[in-house]
Amino acid sequence: MIIAVASGKGGTGKTTVSASLAQVWGAPVVAVDLDVEEPNLHLFLRPEITSTSRAWLEVPRVVEGACTACGACSELCQFKAISLLGDVLLTFPEMCHGCGGCLAVCPSGALTPDQRELGEILWGRAEGVGFLSGRLRVGEAMSPPLMRQVRQALAGLLAGGGRDAIIDAPPGVSCPAVNAVMDADVILLVTEPTPFGLHDLGLAREAFSPLGKPLAVVINRAGLGDDRVREFCRREGLPILAEIPFARQAAEAYARGQVLACASDDYRGLFAKLAQDLRHLAARGPASERMAAHA
Amino acid sequence: MPEIVVISGKGGTGKTSITAALAHLADHPIICDLDVDAPDLHLLLQPSPWRQEEFRSGFEAAIDPLACLGCGECQTRCRYGAVNPRGEIYAVDPFRCEGCKVCVHFCPAQAIAFNERHCGRWQISDTRLGVMVHAQLFPGQENSGRLVALLRQQAKELAKARDQALIICDGAPGIGCPVISSLSGVDLAVVVSEPTPSGLHDLERVAQLCEHFRVPVAVIINKHDLSPDRSREIEDLCRLRRMPLVAQLPFDEAVVKAMLAGQAVTEYGQGPINQGLTQAWQAIQALTRDRRAA
Repeated sequence: MIIAVASGKGGTGKTTVSASLAQVWGAPVVAVDLDVEEPNLHLFLRPEITSTSRAWLEVPRVVEGACTACGACSELCQFKAISLLGDVLLTFPEMCHGCGGCLAVCPSGALTPDQRELGEILWGRAEGVGFLSGRLRVGEAMSPPLMRQVRQALAGLLAGGGRDAIIDAPPGVSCPAVNAVMDADVILLVTEPTPFGLHDLGLAREAFSPLGKPLAVVINRAGLGDDRVREFCRREGLPILAEIPFARQAAEAYARGQVLACASDDYRGLFAKLAQDLRHLAARGPASERMAAHA
Repeated sequence: MPEIVVISGKGGTGKTSITAALAHLADHPIICDLDVDAPDLHLLLQPSPWRQEEFRSGFEAAIDPLACLGCGECQTRCRYGAVNPRGEIYAVDPFRCEGCKVCVHFCPAQAIAFNERHCGRWQISDTRLGVMVHAQLFPGQENSGRLVALLRQQAKELAKARDQALIICDGAPGIGCPVISSLSGVDLAVVVSEPTPSGLHDLERVAQLCEHFRVPVAVIINKHDLSPDRSREIEDLCRLRRMPLVAQLPFDEAVVKAMLAGQAVTEYGQGPINQGLTQAWQAIQALTRDRRAA
């Protein structure tokens, strides 16, 4: 079972919820940081890193003297990563999406695979919780290629069965966010009861519901702002699985780098119940199948 | 004209609330929301659009089920796992399609169409705090640096046409494509941090990014009173990296109240945060002046 913790708006508490769920999960679990641009889960779980590996993207390199300037590669490339200037072939590796098209289409062996560093993948353990994280190289523009490799690594960890995963997703609702929740059985949206939280929750619902997975909501900093997030969830049929009260105690635990579920028995209970509800939701299966069953 | 972009690395540190306040204090700058993925600035500024345009960028493959031979060449070639069998034939998952055209090129039956993607919408609007350029990507679309670049170009043209000396941009979280696109050639990146482990960690990465692209940085610590110890760590980092710390803002419930009222916090009233914001704005002006002079 894979739970993805996502949100439209940043800073609503995805990492707080992910770290807490991992701590109280009560069954073998891997905590996965897929916010590769700004990974933070390790700051709270403080895993012992057991292995790291550099992640690379295949990009083309020109073989001197072999190019016939036919232009097939630059014509196919959709990302302006390879271009023919007169009869000189130039590559722009930082623009490359690694599709392999140029290498496949070149008739004269003038291109050979090279690599661009995307960042690194880290494996570790924290008090019985497995840990996996991607970390984008500063200056690298594309996060989805690294995220794909972390997801492959996760598939490897889960292959034997008997383990669940909790994914801490990047903020937003565009391509990287969708990439992070794609493999999940349940998408848990963390929001706050403010106009920004409400607006971005609406975007998240719109972005993720076409995936046909069960969506659920956690309201963080409940008591701040107004009641419109609750009304929205009621109207849209989004179950609110937990409300984390707005409290200085929570903010201070966060500032100390403490996992919220470990800050008090009340918090531990709140997250244990959330974990149980998520299991039930995942067991009910995808929304699309439920709809088919009703039809 | 100076162009200032407010970024943070970590989301939810207060970029948008601070951008709105700076725009209010700046007296009718050109305002630009570069968080095209989850934009929120319009919730404070209630823009009245007078120009609306569609944003199209990139392509996606679509297999014609009647023409597909079921040979599977497309699936073999696709590096994104975007092509899957559907019965005897194949279909493209638009969520996974990268728009690389490789399947289109190699399909022996020429059964794959390559359609332009309609990714979002952008607008130019009047607001009470200044003219605003903003956009909304459709959910799930590629978070395009191209759209960010387009908005910045529009803002520059507006600034020139209206003889307006300043552009203030609200940036996106993270350090990836949209953030990189919002940084190139700006006069100052104002990084909003918060005194938490994540705030500090993400400030460090975003500072490295700015250094990589040679963009000058100023730092604001938001909610500094939440953890004086962590705030001191941020101060140390600022000293070490020679980044001017232009303000330490207190936690102030007026920020949420102003948000509920649809206002910039400096418009809303006299909260404890206002003094810090005024100070930040003066320091930012001085920094951009110095840079212009240099």
